[in-house]
Amino acid sequence: MLALQILIDGFAISALYALGATGFTLIFGVSGVLNLSHGAIMVAAAVAAWAAASVFHLDSYSGALVGVAIAAVLSLLTYFTVVQPIQRSNKIPNEEKEIFVLTATLLWGIMIQEAIAYFFTNNAKTVLPIIEGVVRIAGIRTPANTLFTAAVCCLVIALLWILVNRTRTGKVVLAASMNPRGVTILGFELTNVYVVVWIIYGVLAGIAGVLLGMFLGVSSYSVGPLTASAFSIVVLGGLGSVSGSLIAAFVVGYLETFTAYMISPAYRSIPALLLLVIVMYIRPQGLLGRR
Amino acid sequence: MMSFFKSPLFGISLILVIIAATLPWYVSGYILGLLTVAYYFGVFAMSWDLLFGFAGEVNFGPTFLIGTGAYTAGILNNHFGLPMYPCIALGALGAVIAGFVLALPALRVRGPYFGLTTLVAVLILQSFIVVFADLTGGEIGLTIPDVLSIDAGVNYWIALSFMVISAAILFGLSQSPVGLVLQASGQDPVQAGALGFNIVKHKLAAFIVSAFFSGLSGALLVFYFGTASVGTVVDIAVGVQVIVAAVLGGRRTVLGAALGAIFLIVAGEFLRPTGELATFIVSAVALVVILFFPGGFLGSVLSREARS
Repeated sequence: MLALQILIDGFAISALYALGATGFTLIFGVSGVLNLSHGAIMVAAAVAAWAAASVFHLDSYSGALVGVAIAAVLSLLTYFTVVQPIQRSNKIPNEEKEIFVLTATLLWGIMIQEAIAYFFTNNAKTVLPIIEGVVRIAGIRTPANTLFTAAVCCLVIALLWILVNRTRTGKVVLAASMNPRGVTILGFELTNVYVVVWIIYGVLAGIAGVLLGMFLGVSSYSVGPLTASAFSIVVLGGLGSVSGSLIAAFVVGYLETFTAYMISPAYRSIPALLLLVIVMYIRPQGLLGRR
Repeated sequence: MMSFFKSPLFGISLILVIIAATLPWYVSGYILGLLTVAYYFGVFAMSWDLLFGFAGEVNFGPTFLIGTGAYTAGILNNHFGLPMYPCIALGALGAVIAGFVLALPALRVRGPYFGLTTLVAVLILQSFIVVFADLTGGEIGLTIPDVLSIDAGVNYWIALSFMVISAAILFGLSQSPVGLVLQASGQDPVQAGALGFNIVKHKLAAFIVSAFFSGLSGALLVFYFGTASVGTVVDIAVGVQVIVAAVLGGRRTVLGAALGAIFLIVAGEFLRPTGELATFIVSAVALVVILFFPGGFLGSVLSREARS
């Protein structure tokens, strides 16, 4: 009984983690940027969806769409106001751009977080579920929205896979992650590729944020933990490897759920963190990473 | 090194320190208290700069070292009744051991992986503090029976002299041959290694020095506050503040980091009337400085001086 409960809950949370981490790893793979405002963008999406439904009285579908749109806009803003100026700056030496992007996106994330706290307070917000009701699976009462969440995550990840591997745009993105110079020589504008990737990232983070808002609820305090969990999943799976991130998301998701059910919710994140340290020590490039 | 004593930078710092030392005679206790905290933060930021600016390692977990020093000192004082000064010394020692333990796996990896390892170290420390609440006081915090001094002026002078001594040692170290090797290994580890320098040994030394000063400062800070809590010495937000202070003041300058920390704490206080927007404004200012003056406060001044 309990095993089944862990299986269902763990699957939903893992799928959410996977969705959040996929966008994060995509950005790193293509443009070498670790976006530490990730958690803030997810929370902004969830809060926008909540505000659209409860302040402006939209229905939950339009609310979710508003949330995703806000995340996409914020993601583009992140690229144009924070990341691009650093990448183009001639005052910052090349080998230090990485740390500057890390620090700047971190600050940008704090700004988003504080703006959310200022306009919508620090209180936790739960986005209204899109699907109401409870489903019984082999005697386990499960909110229908949990299943919906898992299904949407899987669907979006599948769509992303098709987009990257089967469409022309996707192939350019893939090529840019392998050899940016080669793509430029073939006549593709690299900035356009980056804009596409940041929009994809924004949509993914937005969907993940809105679903998280329905599943667990969010507040501006969730920003740090969300960024940290995406960062650790991505590193655990191997930076830039999407399939690695997917595996890592399920490892972390199930490990956390298992700990929360079997030991105590207070210890929830500890085993995953210890696992991460062990992996860093034995296999620093992550599960499926290339060095 | 000798040229530093003739440079205007030395003269300016000397004048600033003399002015700062006379503040208790004509400034309110409230401002003194603010500056006392700012000075301890200055030491955090300077030791972080030694590791990042010179060794080129992005340490996301300065609070792992600070927190270990603070909690070691606090627990020894609260549970074992050790006198204050041995507690502070053991706190610094604890931080050095923590730095050593962290450095061993962390130095095997570079760049973002190193950053993550240090970040995870903070999260683990934080979890353990919450889980072992009997020993650490958990989320409420740990009460420290002893205090450095009850006089605001004396506390201020202790903090100021501690910061000045740390600054002298850290700055001296950064300008010494060891600092140059660190800088070289941060910029191009392969070439520095090819020149015959043992990079791992130098980086480990930088880690330990950084840990020592972070831990010492953390231990002093809890004896000033009279309490140790996750929110003041361990939380990632505190670490972010340290990093922002160092980058804002100018990386690779050591002294700039202290200026950045003082600016950050004082600015946060001045913006208090704006309420919840204070953090937003400080972050925005820091972001603008990073984007347009990547050298930070002191970095821009120094490079202009070098050009002229």
